[in-house]
Amino acid sequence: MATATFKIWRGDADGGELKEYTTELTEGMVVLDAVHQIQAEQAHDMAVRWNCKAGKCGSCSAEVNGQPKLMCMTRMGDLPTDRPITVEPLKAFPLMKDLVTDVSWNYEVKKRIRPFKPRRPDFEDGSWEMHQSDVDRVQEFRKCIECYLCQDVCHVLREHHMHDEFVGPRFFVHNAALEMHPLDTEDRREDLRTSQGIGLCNITKCCTKVCPEGITITDNAIIPLKERIVDQAYDPVRKLIQLVTGR
Amino acid sequence: MDFSRHEHDVLIIGSGGAGLRAAIEASAAGASVGLVCKSLLGKAHTVMAEGGMAAALANVDERDGWAVHFADTMRGGQYLNNWKMAEIHAKESPDRVRELEEWGAVFDRTKDGRILQRNFGGHAHPRLAHVGDRTGLEMIRTLQDHGVHQGFDDYQECTVTRLLKDGDRVVGAFGYDRESGQFRVFHAGAVILATGGLGRAFKITSNSWECTGDGHSLGYHAGAELIDMEFIQFHPTGMVWPPSVRGILVTEGVRGEGGALTNSEGRRFMYDDIPPLYTNQTADTPEEGWRYVVGDRDARRPAELLTRDHVARCILREVKEGRGSPHGGVFLDIAWIKDRIPNGAEHIKKKLPAMYHQFKALADIDITEEPMEVGPTTHYVMGGLRVDADTQMCTVAGLYAAGECAAGLHGANRLGGNSLSDLIVFGQRAGEHAASYADEHGRGTLEDSQIEAAHREAMAPLERQDQTDGAGPYGVQFELQDMMQEKVGIIREEGTLSEAVEEIAALARRADLIGVIGDRKFNPGWHTTLDLRHLLSNSEACARAALERKESRGAHSRIDFPDKDKEWGGFTVVLKRGSGGGMEVRRDPLPPVREDLQKIIEEQS
Repeated sequence: MATATFKIWRGDADGGELKEYTTELTEGMVVLDAVHQIQAEQAHDMAVRWNCKAGKCGSCSAEVNGQPKLMCMTRMGDLPTDRPITVEPLKAFPLMKDLVTDVSWNYEVKKRIRPFKPRRPDFEDGSWEMHQSDVDRVQEFRKCIECYLCQDVCHVLREHHMHDEFVGPRFFVHNAALEMHPLDTEDRREDLRTSQGIGLCNITKCCTKVCPEGITITDNAIIPLKERIVDQAYDPVRKLIQLVTGR
Repeated sequence: MDFSRHEHDVLIIGSGGAGLRAAIEASAAGASVGLVCKSLLGKAHTVMAEGGMAAALANVDERDGWAVHFADTMRGGQYLNNWKMAEIHAKESPDRVRELEEWGAVFDRTKDGRILQRNFGGHAHPRLAHVGDRTGLEMIRTLQDHGVHQGFDDYQECTVTRLLKDGDRVVGAFGYDRESGQFRVFHAGAVILATGGLGRAFKITSNSWECTGDGHSLGYHAGAELIDMEFIQFHPTGMVWPPSVRGILVTEGVRGEGGALTNSEGRRFMYDDIPPLYTNQTADTPEEGWRYVVGDRDARRPAELLTRDHVARCILREVKEGRGSPHGGVFLDIAWIKDRIPNGAEHIKKKLPAMYHQFKALADIDITEEPMEVGPTTHYVMGGLRVDADTQMCTVAGLYAAGECAAGLHGANRLGGNSLSDLIVFGQRAGEHAASYADEHGRGTLEDSQIEAAHREAMAPLERQDQTDGAGPYGVQFELQDMMQEKVGIIREEGTLSEAVEEIAALARRADLIGVIGDRKFNPGWHTTLDLRHLLSNSEACARAALERKESRGAHSRIDFPDKDKEWGGFTVVLKRGSGGGMEVRRDPLPPVREDLQKIIEEQS
């Protein structure tokens, strides 16, 4: 039976180390299977988050050989097994224990974003007329499983730790889903420009590359939002009209 | 004793569709609400639901209506359903679905701009509001994003181990915070259980680690009655290969979009055995079935869209008789529809994006080119806490249940799509009635002795560290899962069910002795040990109920009693904790169906 060796981060905020484990491989195995097998056989108290094991819940995010991945969708067959496979927690958030990080900051940020505010219903039963072509773009954003891999690779958060000034790609996608929702009447552009720091994103597209749902975060969400903000805040013709009309 | 104490009018345990919907409703009623999430908020098992939510919106076929939906639900449940719940569900689900749209959900659309509905097993008309094959994600995210602005408190990564009582009434709960290991005591006027299912009692399952039936067991140990526990739904189509993905769900939506089940001889075997209850509604030939899929109103449903219990048994039969696929399943082919519609491959990717991705990434299969291999997987429990149809109150005062941990709506077999609508219809009702109960009755008294007992129980495995044997919590859990799969699985009989009851007792004795290493901080070994008690208690309930029901009906199949028995059609199996602590089993007669509803059932047959 083939085996693979792992180096898995063990420890907490006070310190830790990569610990080596060797485990047996079976056909089609994913990294999460191997981590579970190690947990059941060699390390009962090893902390790891997971739920669906099918790429739908976004719980098992980690850095596998340095790459941000969902462990449940990373197949052993796609990794070299001639050297140890490293599995480490996300770097953009405070470590709790082993592979588990404190992602509560993301929940706080989301609560600050202005919620969906629909226009009045079109029909008496409280529903609306919306066509598929009107919702295709929003549906792309709503595929997000909140795994926070995009947050993890974003240098504004990962290297510069600007969590107080910048909400990160996940929440630009969330803003985009609301702003481009055909029924929404709220305006979030000023928030995006100021408290959410969208200007700090210099569109390196690292987030788009790691998105397990294939959402084109930079091109479809962030850049159009930046354009809307420019139209609102910096367009000289518009400024002039605003000055004259007071609106 | 170290613990933090939290006061609420309504405490909700479970934060999937039902728990979130209940939290929104109870908050709207002015109650102070605490929502306990076993995982992070928004990661509950609801997120995995794929196909859609059933509601007779009649957007695609105007012949649909609540009466048709009601009759379909009762037929699918083999008439063991709580007919009043089935009536409420059919009548209220359209409003609950439209409400999700009001809160920001973006469903797939019809050509005239309304919510699109798709075909599913056992539903007479296209009825499932959906978003591709990720409807559960849309539901939970909508409820989460709306919910966080309603003012309730959430307790994420928190597990409840005991309910706390004041005399005969539930007034709180004891649990631990997974991240820190700190204990929490909740004191509340009313408690709602919305903990989902118990699929982790079985080896092959579509359920996540959380689904250990905590609510079933918490309620049972607090004195509430469980019913219908013999009815476990084995979804006919789970992945079978490679081994590490065995059990992961393949949505019924594949068959709703025209997917064909075939055996190793290429035969559409579902057409070989159509049950009498469904002959009037089922196509005679695959050709007629396809015409139904593409909207021919005179055609009848393809045989692949028969109810899940029946499809699962037919798949087992093909495998057993040597006509299975290479890895012990059968074939599910959606690629064939490319010959029938333009841009077929694109259409498949658009309607089933998660399935396309899942097979491509995990099994190297392109479903637009090749058939999938599928076989049954433990998916859903119809049984659960007995509740009042209107209020969702359990048989213990102050305790409510909604969603999968409550029983009644689905009877002997649930129709696909009726679960998501169940969550929002009865989650809303539970929230409303729990809030008014709390308002009326106040919070009751929480006695220290109960908190101490719960604390002792939770600490015990950590205090037995030095006794740790080789198997540990995971070993006992794996043995239980193997045994349940083999002896309380799809096909059952007296001898092995009796063995199962004895083996569960033996495993429970071992579980009581498990010691775990490490401390309380995010320690999965400790969590698994504490969850085991729920799994064992629920497994015993399933095995005892299955032993009691001496017939085959819906999801319950007995080799020794292979036929449906008319007399058994009038009873439900009830489980209750006896005064001596043992599990007591009894049969209760079902109340007769109200006259006007009986008339609907007859008209729709």
